Amino acid sequence: MGYTLAEKVWNSHIVRHEDGKPDLLYIDLHLVNEVTSPQAFEGLRLAGRSVRRPDLTLAMEDHNVPTIGIDKPIVDLTSRLQIQTLRENCAAFGINLFNMGSKDQGIVHVVGPQLGLTHPGMTIVCGDSHTSTHGAFGALAFGIGTSEAEHVLATQTLPLQPFKTMAVNIEGKLAAGVTSKDVILALIAQIGTGGGQGYVLEYRGEAIQEMSMEARMTVCNMSVEAGARAGLIAPDNKTIEYLRGKPHAPDEAEWASATQYWLSLASDLDAVYDAEVTLDAAQILPFVTWGTNPGQAVPISGHVPDPDEFSEERDRSAAKKSLAYMGLAAGTAMRDIPVDMVFLGSCTNGRIEDLRAAATVLEGQRIKDGLQMLVVPGSMQVKAQAEKEGLDRIFLDAGAEWRFAGCSMCLGMNPDQVPAGKRCVSTSNRNFEGRQGRGSMTHLVSPPVAAATAIRGTISTPADVVKTGTGH
Amino acid sequence: MQKFTVHTGVAMPLKHTNVDTDQIIPSKFLKRIGRTGFQDALFADLRGDDQFPLDRPEFTGASVLVAGADFGTGSSREHAVWALMDHGFKVVISPKFADIFRGNCGKAGLVAAKVSQDEVEEIWNAIDAEPGLQITVNLAEQTITCPGREYTFDIDNYVKWRLLEGLDDIDLTELAGADIEAFEAQRPHFLPTTVSR
Ligand code: SF4
Repeated sequence: MGYTLAEKVWNSHIVRHEDGKPDLLYIDLHLVNEVTSPQAFEGLRLAGRSVRRPDLTLAMEDHNVPTIGIDKPIVDLTSRLQIQTLRENCAAFGINLFNMGSKDQGIVHVVGPQLGLTHPGMTIVCGDSHTSTHGAFGALAFGIGTSEAEHVLATQTLPLQPFKTMAVNIEGKLAAGVTSKDVILALIAQIGTGGGQGYVLEYRGEAIQEMSMEARMTVCNMSVEAGARAGLIAPDNKTIEYLRGKPHAPDEAEWASATQYWLSLASDLDAVYDAEVTLDAAQILPFVTWGTNPGQAVPISGHVPDPDEFSEERDRSAAKKSLAYMGLAAGTAMRDIPVDMVFLGSCTNGRIEDLRAAATVLEGQRIKDGLQMLVVPGSMQVKAQAEKEGLDRIFLDAGAEWRFAGCSMCLGMNPDQVPAGKRCVSTSNRNFEGRQGRGSMTHLVSPPVAAATAIRGTISTPADVVKTGTGH
Repeated sequence: MQKFTVHTGVAMPLKHTNVDTDQIIPSKFLKRIGRTGFQDALFADLRGDDQFPLDRPEFTGASVLVAGADFGTGSSREHAVWALMDHGFKVVISPKFADIFRGNCGKAGLVAAKVSQDEVEEIWNAIDAEPGLQITVNLAEQTITCPGREYTFDIDNYVKWRLLEGLDDIDLTELAGADIEAFEAQRPHFLPTTVSR
């Protein structure tokens, strides 16, 4: 019997295996942020330990950094303290850190791939659950807690229970106007937010193969919203081409052996998965969430569901609670829901292709009067690239705000928050109660839908914009 | 980490499903940089009226949380476990825990005891009949004892052993130092480092 991709990566990282105990796995890359790391460093210090491999560790200021006025001191005292603490810890333990506003800074899951630090077959961890993003390269990448981070800092290893594997087949081609964000929202709507629990998901099939690396990252990013620990995709020529020439990609002398190894990682034909689910790509429509978890989603052409239509009591009561929080009535057409704010950004959809997709819709248009739209590039490199292409002008001319890089309104730890009672259409990954600010209401969508919604002021697809010709 | 053997304490019901870590501790509290003192942050956005169990006098000093399914979903923040522990909780009982949350519990010394949905509802009923009820959790035996009833709970064997012994992860791993060095010696050269190129 052959092995799956996830099993191959796992098996090649076992430092120690003892029956009845978790395997001790070697970690190739440990990403650190200002929010989840202070206590890990504090733990090291208390125990008199050092960082075993600072050269396999990279720190980033991303979660709480402001996205305007970044040359001024951070107003929020705790954010300022966290940033200062990270800087001190990195200096003391010899860890490379990208400060806010510096050329390579950004959301760590955007920066890693763009620097070529994310290779197929690696194990990657970070104190942030969306580390699953890096799975797009065929890396086994997952979020860890703070004491696990302390463990990795001290030993560069992690004791882990093996996962089960689930094949997620997206068969056939996506229709025009359907993005990778819609694919993952459709999957979660089908299998539920607990559907991937205990599994590593492997995305396969024609629709996945046809996606760009950036689109694949969006899919893997949200694996965790299906309850999975990680999601990954077999490396192929797109993966190799993406990495070629990146600063931390293998050099000329090692390129051939590295790429040969990468391509050998694909799941064997006779590999057996613990579970399998298949979606017909052609049936997937642009999606939007109506509730307070990412599984509560419908096609944009659909309606707010009636809680009584759910067969399980658990889903019925969850839907009722969500609708009450979201201030929505069953039966409302999703397209009729008015929106106060639009957020374009995050590690789900803050990469250059996402910005391009939104800019295409916004070009020559104005966002709806009274609506606020924030465009926050996923990294300073994305920002620079977008400015080179003139995308910033398109956003600004449309009436949106153009910001510096960071997590921003994805989780509202910086000043970019959705006020209570306001409705935000967001390209991020979580629509939990209070996620974007206390009392905030979030609808998750793709970048083109976010842009179209900003123009019309109600949840919309780009086709709606063209059809009505509004907003100039 | 403190050893966990047997604990008896007041049980507090939390009859919600899908209590994610944003609800256990809202993100605004994550800005703190200490390891302790998060008790005021626990369920902060769910509180505010005296109907929330944490604010009801009969559950003062509760140390066993009896929650609905899918407890601890969402963000991997370990603060969720710390906030529960800082508030005095020693055990969380639920029909289903999120993976990362359950892992975090084992590492910090909070017992995540899994029982069936029906059993959780029975325990809720017992608490409703007698608010302030004390229940006993025996880790070695994997039992939960409510007056007049005993339940068996699920917990990973390895996590159970560590909690019983009060063992810290890093100490355990450092015993394998030679294995780590041997592994490092054979890692392929093309793997990246974070040192600037
Ligand atoms: S953008 Fe959002 S999901 Fe991504 S790392 Fe930042 S906070 Fe986490």
